[in-house]
Amino acid sequence: MRKSIEWMVGGQQGEGIDSTGELFARTLVKHGYSVSTYKQFMSRIKGGHSNFKLKATKDRNYYAGDDVEILLCLDKESLSKNEDKLVENAVVIMEGKETGVERPEGKNYQILSVPLKKIATDLGNPLYKNMIAIGISSALLDLPQDILGEIIGDIFSRKGEDVVKANIEAVQKGYEITQEFLPEQIAKLEATENDDLLFISGNEATGFGSLMAGCRYLSAYPITPASEVMEWLAQELPAVGGTVMQVEDEIAGIAFAIGANYSGTRAMTSTSGPGLSLKTEALGMAGMAEVPIVIVNSQRGGPSTGLPTKHEQSDLQHMIYSTHGEIPRIVLYPSTIEDAFYLAAESFNLAEIYQCPVILALDLGLSMNKMTIPSFDSKRVGIDRGKLLTEDQVGEYDEAFFKRYRVTDDGISPRPKPGMKQGIHLTSSNEHGEDGYINEETDVRNKMMRKRLEKIKDAMIQEPYKLQSNGDIDPKNADVLLVGMGSTYGAIEEAMTKLNAEGKETFAHLHLQQLYPLPINELKDLFGNRKIITIENNYTGQLRLLLQQYLPIHDQIESIVQYDGDPFMVRSIVEQMKEVV
Amino acid sequence: MATMKDLRGDVSTWCPGCGHFSVMAGIQKAIVELGYEPHEFAIISGIGCSGKVSEYIRSNGFHTIHGRSVPVAQGVKMGNPDLKVIASGGDGDGYGIGLGHFVHASRRNIDMSYIVMDNNIYGLTKGQTSPRSSHGFETKSAAQSNKEYPVDPITTSIVNGATFVAQGYAGNIKELSNILKRAIEHRGFSHVNIYSPCVTFNKVNTYDFYKENLTTIEAPFETRDEAIASIREHEGLVTGILYEESRDDFQTKLGTDFDMQSLESGPMDEALLKRVQKKFES
Ligand SMILES: Cc1ncc(C[n+]2csc(CCOP(=O)(O)OP(=O)(O)O)c2C)c(N)n1
Ligand code: SF4
Repeated sequence: MRKSIEWMVGGQQGEGIDSTGELFARTLVKHGYSVSTYKQFMSRIKGGHSNFKLKATKDRNYYAGDDVEILLCLDKESLSKNEDKLVENAVVIMEGKETGVERPEGKNYQILSVPLKKIATDLGNPLYKNMIAIGISSALLDLPQDILGEIIGDIFSRKGEDVVKANIEAVQKGYEITQEFLPEQIAKLEATENDDLLFISGNEATGFGSLMAGCRYLSAYPITPASEVMEWLAQELPAVGGTVMQVEDEIAGIAFAIGANYSGTRAMTSTSGPGLSLKTEALGMAGMAEVPIVIVNSQRGGPSTGLPTKHEQSDLQHMIYSTHGEIPRIVLYPSTIEDAFYLAAESFNLAEIYQCPVILALDLGLSMNKMTIPSFDSKRVGIDRGKLLTEDQVGEYDEAFFKRYRVTDDGISPRPKPGMKQGIHLTSSNEHGEDGYINEETDVRNKMMRKRLEKIKDAMIQEPYKLQSNGDIDPKNADVLLVGMGSTYGAIEEAMTKLNAEGKETFAHLHLQQLYPLPINELKDLFGNRKIITIENNYTGQLRLLLQQYLPIHDQIESIVQYDGDPFMVRSIVEQMKEVV
Repeated sequence: MATMKDLRGDVSTWCPGCGHFSVMAGIQKAIVELGYEPHEFAIISGIGCSGKVSEYIRSNGFHTIHGRSVPVAQGVKMGNPDLKVIASGGDGDGYGIGLGHFVHASRRNIDMSYIVMDNNIYGLTKGQTSPRSSHGFETKSAAQSNKEYPVDPITTSIVNGATFVAQGYAGNIKELSNILKRAIEHRGFSHVNIYSPCVTFNKVNTYDFYKENLTTIEAPFETRDEAIASIREHEGLVTGILYEESRDDFQTKLGTDFDMQSLESGPMDEALLKRVQKKFES
């Protein structure tokens, strides 16, 4: 029995690396494993090395893993680029003249050479070579062939029976080769009985959570790694009376969505760093005019066009501070794909309750990779439209011109929709009085600034952070606290487990989900005076800087950073931790 | 039915004699004469002297940011197709910073009106060159005369597919409110450019200048090409409805039955969750 399997397929972009990886991942999910995936790709359509990595385990996992046990090489670079990840006795599957196994001198892995292209061509299409390789991979795990057959049926039935048959034959070929050449390598992985597993990406979960929150309109401009939110909702919204619009640029993206929110529809825009840069003036307008808006910002490598298809977490300050002047806003950052669903839903509630922009941060790692997660629970988050008035409620005010910016105890003004007979009102980006008319008198200005900036003070999501440790360590008392955000969740969890196993000091892990406003009081208690280490994908340690700004922890906090465009490896976190602690 | 008085908003800060007064009155008159109620409209404006129009007309208003009234207005209409939506602002707002949005709105054909107060100058920032300032025009920002040629807004919207294009003049309020009535009732994107003299900063494009130079077009041209040819022949100095075409607006083309408004507080839709979740199940 295996405890887990770490698998990778590499090849030239455009060769079906992604679909091969996805197919194998789905096979494993169907078999009841918990699967985490990570794709590496470049900002071009064809050519260049790309790969798809996955880890499958019996129990829940959140991280695609450091190592590779089975490496499927569809190009030469796949081996040289990933050799350092291969574990003892790893199997490398490669194109070769004849089928055979060899162990290269001085190496810890074995190579199974197979004339993939030739066999595939004989079956009718050179692309079937990926299927032979998947057959080999599946056979190595002793997976029943019928599961793969089912999935192939699902995917290729549109293309006709012949294609399905040829694909299945290719898979069978893979099984035969494995049984003949690598019989001693075949080992089962114990499966869970869980049957309510979903296999979903962060972008899809974000779109899904938004849909469930009642979002009916998205306007955006395509950008990696956020486009999928738009594409997914474009498929789903029409069925529920909503729509997606790809508009002329990011400024229009946010402006359309602000217009739709102003009219009473739950609306959002999605983007990545460069797009958020363009949206910031309108972000300020939403803050000033107190119009709700949800902005999904899936971060990629910056600055400027930077690393457009790589992972980074460097827009933190941008999301928290961007736009001129001072506005109310809320910045959230789900820790996992599952959280992306619930936090997306909460974002719409907070945007309407507090009548302000909510930025939902993702990062490429969270956005584009898929994971197995349990089914969603519709009871966990409801729909709360805040002080949005009905026609009858507007009537009760009995005003010829509705005071849109009425000063109330909690700073939040009741909001009519345009179109209500007694709700005629003015929304304004200029400083204004309660009636919305431009007003620059100092006491009005002071009152309105206070109203806007105070109202979000107590805004809080259900789970602003996740604190945990493992074994019998009480996370509140652990010696060292590892602090992260977003897609580093799984790697930090695993690193913590390793560090705790070494037993010198005890470690706990805190993953922040609400970056602004920060839950300062709660964090103060948690931090105490123990050592704190932020683990983040940016150069300057933006998360550390944020915490230092609000909490008296200057001397007890340090950062481990990585800004090369790749996600953290557990190994590197553990090594660096030893240096820091 | 609304009266002109019902539509009176905040006290204006425009200079006496500013053309924008007439544009505003034209919009109000059109609403009154068409028999609408003020609450049925949303007037979305940008920034500039012209941008204040959403504050001065008592209807639902949204005074947005410079150059973005058109995308915001389109979003408003998408969110609530029952509203009558008007975007309005200046030539700097619409043809400078907002030009891209204007072109795309022309080809998109969402059902709304875009009314531009064209004074060939930046008023609120005190008299710099606008994208509508003529070649050779002298301003503070082009002291030795403007080296560039002006944007041509009406041929731009015509070539980019707008289904209603007209030009008015602040000095002829009767013609103007007739144009505006037709524009508001037009189904699709209607663009009305209005010569609206800035009496403080523009000493060239004055009321007298327009009185002398404008030619009235009595009926819309049959084709876009004819309209463009005539506009060119008169160097843009024409008034009237220049082009009109009946074509499905964006929402009709989408063919979706929109329901973006009826959401109420309460639990998530369990049936929807179950249906969509199926797509991710193993
Ligand atoms: C992003 C941005 N840039 C510049 C300004 C400054 N600004 C305000 S109004 C304006 C020009 C107004 O000209 P126009 O739209 O023609 O309107 P008018 O005042 O002439 O009616 C400018 C440049 C601004 N508010 N926002
Ligand atoms: S500056 Fe010009 S545009 Fe502005 S109000 Fe005065 S006359 Fe009108």
